[in-house]
Parts: sequence; structure tokens; C-alpha cells
Amino acid sequence: MEEVSPVKIMLKHLFNFIIFPGFLFTAVVGLAASWIDRKVTARVQWRVGPPWYQPFIDLVKLSIKEITVPKGASKPVFFMAPFIGLSAVILSSTFLWLANLELGASGFTGDLIVILYLLTIPSIMLILGASASGNPLAAVGASREIKLLLAYELPFVFALVVPIIKSNGLLKLQDLIAFQAANGAFASNISGFLAMIVAIFCMQAKLGLVPFDMAEAETEIMAGVYIEYSGILLAILKLTKIMAMVALPLFLSTVFWGGFSIWKYVVLLVIIILMRNTNPRVRIDQALRFFWKKMTFVAIIAVLLAMIGM
Amino acid sequence: MSLKLKALTKSIWVYHLCAGGSCNNCDIEILDLLTPRYDVERFGIMLVGSIKHADAILVTGSLTRKAVECVKRVYEQAAKPCVVIAIGACACGQGMFANGPNTPDPVDSVLPVDIYIPGCPPKPEAMILGIVKLIGKLRGKK
Repeated sequence: MEEVSPVKIMLKHLFNFIIFPGFLFTAVVGLAASWIDRKVTARVQWRVGPPWYQPFIDLVKLSIKEITVPKGASKPVFFMAPFIGLSAVILSSTFLWLANLELGASGFTGDLIVILYLLTIPSIMLILGASASGNPLAAVGASREIKLLLAYELPFVFALVVPIIKSNGLLKLQDLIAFQAANGAFASNISGFLAMIVAIFCMQAKLGLVPFDMAEAETEIMAGVYIEYSGILLAILKLTKIMAMVALPLFLSTVFWGGFSIWKYVVLLVIIILMRNTNPRVRIDQALRFFWKKMTFVAIIAVLLAMIGM
Repeated sequence: MSLKLKALTKSIWVYHLCAGGSCNNCDIEILDLLTPRYDVERFGIMLVGSIKHADAILVTGSLTRKAVECVKRVYEQAAKPCVVIAIGACACGQGMFANGPNTPDPVDSVLPVDIYIPGCPPKPEAMILGIVKLIGKLRGKK
């Protein structure tokens, strides 16, 4: 076998992480998706909507503004939290793109579980950053985000157990894609379909969009967790959210729907946007009840169906 | 035009500050700007809830004695660069409250107002014209 120098491997990994398909590529796709979201929302409300470069120019503007730090804030946590959240999203989207695009040698056994954890980190960092800012409204937002995290993680994990059972214990993303290529997508079975519906609701909550946007609820707690962030820190938080809008549909289409393709991403994006535009914000107790009672119930049924092979 | 200036003028997030005594008519006219009829999101203008996110402060109403300190503190907390827009007769001059005992200070004695939009209340078209003139001023046009 040909020897590859470690420097070359490291450069390749850095390229993957920073340019393609990690940070830059995902950010560009995410900015496009974010514009589509705003434009479709505007059309639904019978408005014209912003021009195509609007999400990008928002980020540029935020990054040249002053950073204000509240007096009672814990500075290290307040500054570090957005960066750690962003790097977690970049890492998970790099893994997911590589598993989908570079068939052959990428990923490792158990990367499904790693990505499950990586996708939780942005929410945790948001909670930490908001709590570190010392603002009472941010504290309310952080408390709602914690409750929401507790609410959606349980059905989400149950939903992810279904493809693992159906593939007889495969924990590697590429193995899952290969298995689905051979045996048909999991979502074409009844158990996989139920699990995917649960996962779509969890995705909406993970993205923090209406009806599960009570953590930032700008009409009642003034952007909640984001309230004290300004300048480039706010830009990074917005970018994290925008990139999660790529990573999560990618994750779902990889695990349940036989790998990424553009039309699958568009379908999932349309579902997200329609759900966002046709629902009011629910209260946190309603969200908790919805996820723990209804969604967990559906997810457990899906797991049981998967166990008897349906 | 540099990207920096373009970014600052193409994505103005506004914070709505009611300076104490107000009949709320200007506030309602401001909300009119966001409705489908005028839709200022076309120009990247959005209403934000937190002063830390704001690029422009819309001041309405006559400034009451109690509100002076609060208004000052709100302006100090804003991330600069940040412009101040006075909307309505009360915020521009003092309107009919010029001799009121509870409204001793005009808004521009406390905040550095960049543009005045008079009217009681000003029409949404007048506010859009005001913003257009402000953007022209920021971009250095005469």
C-alpha cells in the first residue's frame, strides 16, 4: 500500500473541516436555505421578502459591530460559548457530508452516536452563554432551552434506535447508507416512517423554530437566550443556527432516507418552513407534554414494530 | 461603496423605544411598516427586541422626567454604530407638551438624533422617505 505522509493527511482533514465540505460549504448552503426560508415566509404572509444576499449581509453587518459585554457577566464562558457551539456544528456537518459524498473510507464505527452528541452541543453552549450573561430574560430563555432539550432528546434517541435495530446493529453512517441502498430506505417501512416523523418534530425543536421557539420568543422575552449577545458573537450564534439547518436535515436523510440528495433536502426544508409558518408558538409545558407523551409513545411503538421486523 | 457601508445600510435592525409619554399612535404607525402593504423587510429592516442587536433606535413620544435616565441607559447599551431616529411631533420638538411640567427635556437634548420625521403621527410613507434620506446621508450623498 502507498505511504501517505501524515502532513498530507492533516492538510486534507483541515481542508475538509474548513473549506469543503465543512465550514465554508455548509455555511453557503445554509445561507441559501436561510434566504429561502425568509423569502417563503414573506410570500406566505403576502409580502415581497428580502433580497437573496440578505442573510449574508446581516452576518457581515453584525461582525463589524461593537461587542457589548454586560457588567455582571462571566466573560470566559460568555465569549467561548458561541465558538464551541459553532465548531460542534461544523464538525458534525463535516462528518455527515463526508459520509454522503466520499463513499469508501470515511467515518468510524459509532460515528452515529458521536454526531448525536455533537448536535446537542450548540444548545448546551447557548444555555451556558445565556446563563453567563447574567440577564434575567436570558435566564428565562436558558431555562426554557434546558426544558426543551430534556423534552426532545428522549424521543429523538428512541427514533434513532429504529434504524440501528433494522440494520442489525450498524452504528456507522456509511454502513447505514450502504444497507439502505441494498434493502431500501428505512422510511419506506412503517416503523422507520414513524421514527422519521418523530425525528422531524425533534429537528424543528433542535433548530429552535416556531412552534418550538420559546427559548428565544422575541415577542415575549426579547430574543431570550440571545438578548445580551451583540456584534460578532451574535453573528456566530446566527451562523450556528443557519448551519444546523443544513446539518440536521442531512442527518435525517442519511439515517432514515438512504443518503443525501438535493430533492430530499428540499423536501425536508419545505416541511420545516411550512411547519414554521402555520403554527403559533406553544408554551414550554405544552412542548414538554407533546414530546414526552405523544412523541415518545410514537417512538416506542416504532421501536417495537422494528423489533418484530415491520 | 465599501462592503462595510453597504452591510450597515442594507441590514438595519431597529429597536423601538417609546420615551415615556406617548399616545401610542406613532408606535402603531411604526408597526404598519412591517405589514404586507409596506414590508420594510425588503430592505433588510427588521424589528428586534433587544437593544444589543439594534442598528437604529426609533424614539417616539415626549420624553418624561422619569424616562430621561432610562433612555440614556438604553442608548449607552446599544452596540455602536447606532443611529437615532426621532419619530412624531412629540419626539422631534415637544409637540403639544412643550410647556408640560412632566416633559421638561426634548429628546435631542439627551440623545444624538440623526434624523427627524415629523407628523402626528407621520405616515408610513413619510417614515420610509426619512429612512431613505438617512441612508443617503450615511452613504455620503448630498
